[in-house]
Amino acid sequence: MTPLPHALAATPSLDRWIRLTGDGDVIAFTGKVEIGQGILSALGTIVAEELDVARRRVQVVSAHTGHTPNEGVTAGSMSIETSGAALRQASAWARRLLLQRAAARLGLAADEVTVADGELGGEGVNERLTYWDLADQPFDFEIRHRTPEKAPKAYRLVGHDGQRRIDILAKATGPAFVHDAEAELHARVVRPPSLRHRLTELDLDVAAPGRLVVDGSFVAVAHPVEFEAERLARRVAGHARWRRIGPAPRGVDLDESRREPAAAFPLRNGVPSPTPRRRMATTHRAAYSRPFLMHASIAPSAAVAAWRDGALEIECSSQGIEPLRHVIARVLGIDPDAIEIRHVAGAGCYGHNGADDAALDAALIARALPGQRVLLKWSREDEHGFEPLGPAMHIEMGASLEAGGGIAEWTHDVYGFTHVARPSPRAPGVDLLAARFLAEPFEPTPARPALGAEVGIHRNALPIYSFPNQEVTKHFVANAPVRTSALRGLGAHGNVFAIESFMDELAHAAGKDPADFRRRHLQHDPRATAVLEAVLDLCGGLAGNRGLGLARYKNRQCCAAVVAEVSVDEETARIRIPRLWIAADAGRASSTRTGSPTNWRVVPFRPCRGA
Amino acid sequence: MIPFRLNGDAAQFDSGDRDTPLLYVLRSPTVGDMTPKLGCGGELCGACRVLVDGEPAYACTLPAGAVEGRHVETAAGLDTPVRRALVDANATQCGHCLPGIVVAAEALFRSNPKPARAEIAAALDSQLCRCGSHPRVLRALVDLGGE
Repeated sequence: MTPLPHALAATPSLDRWIRLTGDGDVIAFTGKVEIGQGILSALGTIVAEELDVARRRVQVVSAHTGHTPNEGVTAGSMSIETSGAALRQASAWARRLLLQRAAARLGLAADEVTVADGELGGEGVNERLTYWDLADQPFDFEIRHRTPEKAPKAYRLVGHDGQRRIDILAKATGPAFVHDAEAELHARVVRPPSLRHRLTELDLDVAAPGRLVVDGSFVAVAHPVEFEAERLARRVAGHARWRRIGPAPRGVDLDESRREPAAAFPLRNGVPSPTPRRRMATTHRAAYSRPFLMHASIAPSAAVAAWRDGALEIECSSQGIEPLRHVIARVLGIDPDAIEIRHVAGAGCYGHNGADDAALDAALIARALPGQRVLLKWSREDEHGFEPLGPAMHIEMGASLEAGGGIAEWTHDVYGFTHVARPSPRAPGVDLLAARFLAEPFEPTPARPALGAEVGIHRNALPIYSFPNQEVTKHFVANAPVRTSALRGLGAHGNVFAIESFMDELAHAAGKDPADFRRRHLQHDPRATAVLEAVLDLCGGLAGNRGLGLARYKNRQCCAAVVAEVSVDEETARIRIPRLWIAADAGRASSTRTGSPTNWRVVPFRPCRGA
Repeated sequence: MIPFRLNGDAAQFDSGDRDTPLLYVLRSPTVGDMTPKLGCGGELCGACRVLVDGEPAYACTLPAGAVEGRHVETAAGLDTPVRRALVDANATQCGHCLPGIVVAAEALFRSNPKPARAEIAAALDSQLCRCGSHPRVLRALVDLGGE
C-alpha cells in the first residue's frame, strides 16, 4: 500500500491541515512558503478540487511556527510533491469524514451522498445541508492510512486553465512584503568592511538621538523614522574603526593549472563515494566553468522582530522558519518555544539569500530594544557584500567515440565549493551572518561535502544519456574565498551546461546532427525523448544558429528541452538570444494556460503505472 | 506641511522632509502608500517608479519637495486596464518589481494605446525583474495593445 505522504505522517492530525470556518470558508495550512513560484495558489486549488468546493472558498495559511505543520525548508522544487500530496490526502479524508456525518444526518449510506461546492445532497434529500453545517466540531481525527483520492480524470480545477495566482493583486497594490510591515523602530546594521573584520573603536554617542546596539562587532542603529535610521547608519559607519583578523581573502583557482586541494568522490549508484576513480583514455576533452553568482534580489533582505517578556516574535522571508527558529534560539540562549516565526513574502528568492541572516539581525536588535516592533532592512551594499553566493564551478569533460560515431566512454569531473550552508539545528556551527560578530561569537559550520544523491556540487552531474562506460566524479574544495550556499538548482546549472555543451561538441566531432546524436544516447527514457521531439517540432528544427539543451531536474523531476537561437554581432561581439523555445514535462500541472503559445509547450503528463 | 495630490486625493507631508527622497515620504506613516518599492536606490531598477503629473519618475532619488502641488500616482491608484492585464496574466513571480512595472507601462499606454512589442520593450527597459518574468509581462501588454 502506498505510504502516507511524509509530511502527513509527521503531522497526522487532520485539524492541523484543514479547517472549515462557519461562514462557508476552508482554511488550509501548509509549512511551505510563497517565493513567487505560486505555491499557495496551487495548494489552494488542490484542496478545492479534492473537497469539491469553489476555489474562492479556500484560503491557504503559510509557514507560521506553532500554527502550521512543520514542513522544513521550501527548496528543491518539491512543494507540490510534498505539501501538495499531504493536503490532497488530508482533503480527501476531510471530505470522507464530512460525507459520513452527512450520511448519518440524511439517513443515507456515505456513498449515496453527493457534494457540489460543499453542498450535500442525495436521492430524495430536500433538506439544505452544507459542509459548514456539519463542521461545528473539529475533525479530531488522526490520519494513519490513506483514503482514496479523486480520480484525476474527474478534475475540474487542477490542470485546467483559469487558475490565477491569488497573491498578485495585493502585491501590485498595497503592503504585501515584509519590507512593508508597520514598525515602531526602523533599524540598519552597520557592517564591517568584510566577514574578516572586527570592531576596534566606536564612539557610542554618535548615534544620538537614535538608538545604538553594539554586541561585540555587531553594530546596529534604530530610529522611529526610516530615512533617519539610514542617515544614522551612515554616520555611525563613518565613526567605526575595524581591524582585519586573519589573512585577506584571496583568489582561488579551480582549473587545472593552479587547482586548490580537492577531495574526490566518484558517484556510485548516484551517491558520492570515497572510492578510487576509474581512469579512461578519453580522446575528446573540454572544460566549462561558471563564476560565483549573486542572488541580487530586487530588494535587499528585511525582517521584523519584537521582544516582549522574554518571548520573540519574528516575521521574515526565510525558506525554513522551523530550522531557523532553533538556530536563533541557540544564538540567543533561549528556549526555541520562546520564538514564534511567521513567513512574510520577501523579494525574489532563488535560494539561500540574506533572509535568514536578516531575521537574526532583527532578533538581536529587538532583544536590545525590548517592547518595540523593529523593522530591520539591509542596504543594497549589505545585500551584495554579505549574502551567500552561488559557488563557482569548474567542469572537465572527457569522452571517446566508437567507430560508429556514438559515445563509448564518458568522464565528468566537477570541481567546486559547498552549495549547502543553510542554518540548521543539525549543523555543528551557526550559519547566520551576525553570529560570528557577537561578543560571544558562534562560528559558522566548516564546509563539508554533501554526500546524498543529487545534492550540492554533483546535482545533475549524472548524464540523462546512457553510455557503455562512464565515470562521474565530484571534487569538493573546502576553502571557498567567499561565503557560498544554495542558489537555484545547485550544481545542476553548471553540470547541465557542461553536459549539453559537450554533447554538441561531440556531435560535431562525429559529424552527426545534434538532435540525432542525443536520440541515439537517450534509450529507455520516453519522457526525455518526448520533450526533445516536442521542442524540435515547436521550433521547426535546429537550422541556423540554434543550440539544444535537454535535462531532467535531479534526474527524476521536471524534464525540459530548450532550443536557443543565438546571434553574434560581428562588429561588437555582442551575443544576443533573439528566441527560445521550451517543451517541458513537469508532471501533473496544477494550472495550465490557454492562448496560442508559439515558443513553449507543455508535454502531456502520462502517469506511470501506480502513480 | 507640504501639500500634493496622491492618486487623486489630497495628501501632505512635513516641510522638514523636503529633501527626503519621495519614496521614504510616500511609505512613511504620514502618507502610507507602500506600493512603490525600494530596489536599488540609484535609478537603476525602476521598483520605485511613480508618475508625477503623468511623467514617470524615480521616487528613490527625487526629493519630496519636488512634488509640492503636483499629482503623484502609484500602482495602488492605477486601477486601469494595464494593471488588470498584468495581474490577470500572472505576469510576475515574487511581485516586488510589479508596482514599478505597472507605473511604467501605464505611462506608455496613456501616450500610445496600441504600442508595438518593441515600443513596450523600450518603455520597460528601465524596469528590472530579477525573477525573469519579462516574457509574461511583455505577452500581457502585447495582448492588451492588440485588443
